[in-house]
Amino acid sequence: MEKYRIDPSKGLEFGLYTLGDHISDPHTGKRISAEQRIHEIIELARLAEQAGIDFFSVGESHQEYFTTQAHSVVLAAIAQATSKIKIASSSTIISTLDPVRVYEDFGTIDLISKGRAEIIAGRASRVGLFDLLGYDLRDYEELYEEKFELLLEINKNEVVNWSGQFRAPLNNAKVIPRPTEGSLPIWRAVGGAPASAIKAGYAGVPMFLAMLGGPATSFKRSIDAFREAASQSGYNPAELPISTAGFFYAAETTQQAQQEYYPYINEGMKLTNGRGYPKQHFAQGADPRDVMNIGSPQQIIEKILYQHEVFGHQRYIGQMDFGGVPFEKLKKNIELIGTEILPAIKKHTAKK
Amino acid sequence: MKIVALSGSKVGSKTKTAMNYTVKSLKEKHPGADVTLIDLADYDIQFSDGRNYLEYEGDTNFVAQTIMEADIIMIGTPIFQASIPATLKNIFDLLPINAFQDKVVSIVVTAGSSKHYLIAEQQLKPILAYMQAQIIQKYVFIEEKDFYRNEITSDDVLFRIDRLIEDTILLAETYRKIREEKESAYGF
Repeated sequence: MEKYRIDPSKGLEFGLYTLGDHISDPHTGKRISAEQRIHEIIELARLAEQAGIDFFSVGESHQEYFTTQAHSVVLAAIAQATSKIKIASSSTIISTLDPVRVYEDFGTIDLISKGRAEIIAGRASRVGLFDLLGYDLRDYEELYEEKFELLLEINKNEVVNWSGQFRAPLNNAKVIPRPTEGSLPIWRAVGGAPASAIKAGYAGVPMFLAMLGGPATSFKRSIDAFREAASQSGYNPAELPISTAGFFYAAETTQQAQQEYYPYINEGMKLTNGRGYPKQHFAQGADPRDVMNIGSPQQIIEKILYQHEVFGHQRYIGQMDFGGVPFEKLKKNIELIGTEILPAIKKHTAKK
Repeated sequence: MKIVALSGSKVGSKTKTAMNYTVKSLKEKHPGADVTLIDLADYDIQFSDGRNYLEYEGDTNFVAQTIMEADIIMIGTPIFQASIPATLKNIFDLLPINAFQDKVVSIVVTAGSSKHYLIAEQQLKPILAYMQAQIIQKYVFIEEKDFYRNEITSDDVLFRIDRLIEDTILLAETYRKIREEKESAYGF
């Protein structure tokens, strides 16, 4: 765990993530400028740090209704604006980037932030960026696997000898600057299914598991599959951290939280995925066994503790800004996290 | 209410003829309805490559979006090689999982042989059910002998199509009411 800068004795890490979506508030129909959105994301990270939140991450999506395509640039600004909070990408789409450049960027962010940077490498759930950045969608799987491997290789060795299908070979290539501790925590982003989790296990790398909604026990299967695959490949699962990621929204009561967040999720999903979020599923999300952490602080605390009991994971990160939620509401959420949710989670999960 | 009438093949005229009549009758009986006829023969649609339907371009994007925005889809399909045509299956493959949730779907089948009657029951309905459609269980099955020079010559077939339209609209309206009632009960 140390290699990944995680200290289990301090309990479950709690983080926030944004995909950098840039969507009109469905209540007003108004959309803030891209400039304002990016500044609010940086400010959100700063406020998260003040509230004692452990982690903040920003994703890249190259399509309409998003604004953090250059997520590493935004992360550099966050590195400068903060001093304690861990910062990462969620995710870096390694398939359509050059791992050498990604490592240079995140090595630099790690130096700016004095050892707080991490990479979560994913494969993209939407594929417009393949055309935009000049890649063939038919290479979807192989691009990811090859480039992810190269990224891990660069992380392990400062001087790299490598050749592959999708990038010019590297002969005694020195990839610098090196991060503060010589290497970065690099995670594999995984969708819900066990088949995807197994691949992270094979590679013996930490796993970031995205969970939109559904019973925790279903996601437990992916976590079990990950640990089993890691073990079969000769890695010790106890040394590989797991993080989960999903919707988060707190308000005074669970009903208020649902009322406030539902229109944003529903309209945001319609715009970015073409389908809204079915009310029936959203309603079921309030069940204590469901992974969707939307509710009163007390309900969220109970759910996160239950999930921790089921998963035995090291970090949870929540997405509370999806769909154009106004900044005032985000600040209110951070306040509830800092004053009520975080202390309770730490109290119950830290090893005394 | 948005209605899409989909003629699911690029081959021949029977399905197109049946869907032309369906649309004509729909418009007569429901003048306010927003009806779009999509005849796949008129469009150049690529094979599904797994991307989100919003990310396709041109005709593929238009057809996928139009179907996704509909409340009702009336599918017309021929039977080829004892199954639905690839053009129609490709439409399903282009759409996301659960694409027909909260949509009412009804079926008109044209076939060269009465022996194909159960194909829609055994091959098309399971796809629609998987995609969460509210299916009108009884479909209209039309044979070669019921057509002459791009017209339906059997009054029985015309009556059956008219009844299918009635049933489709009735279920869509009823389902909408049920859904609105259920959703308003959630309180968010």
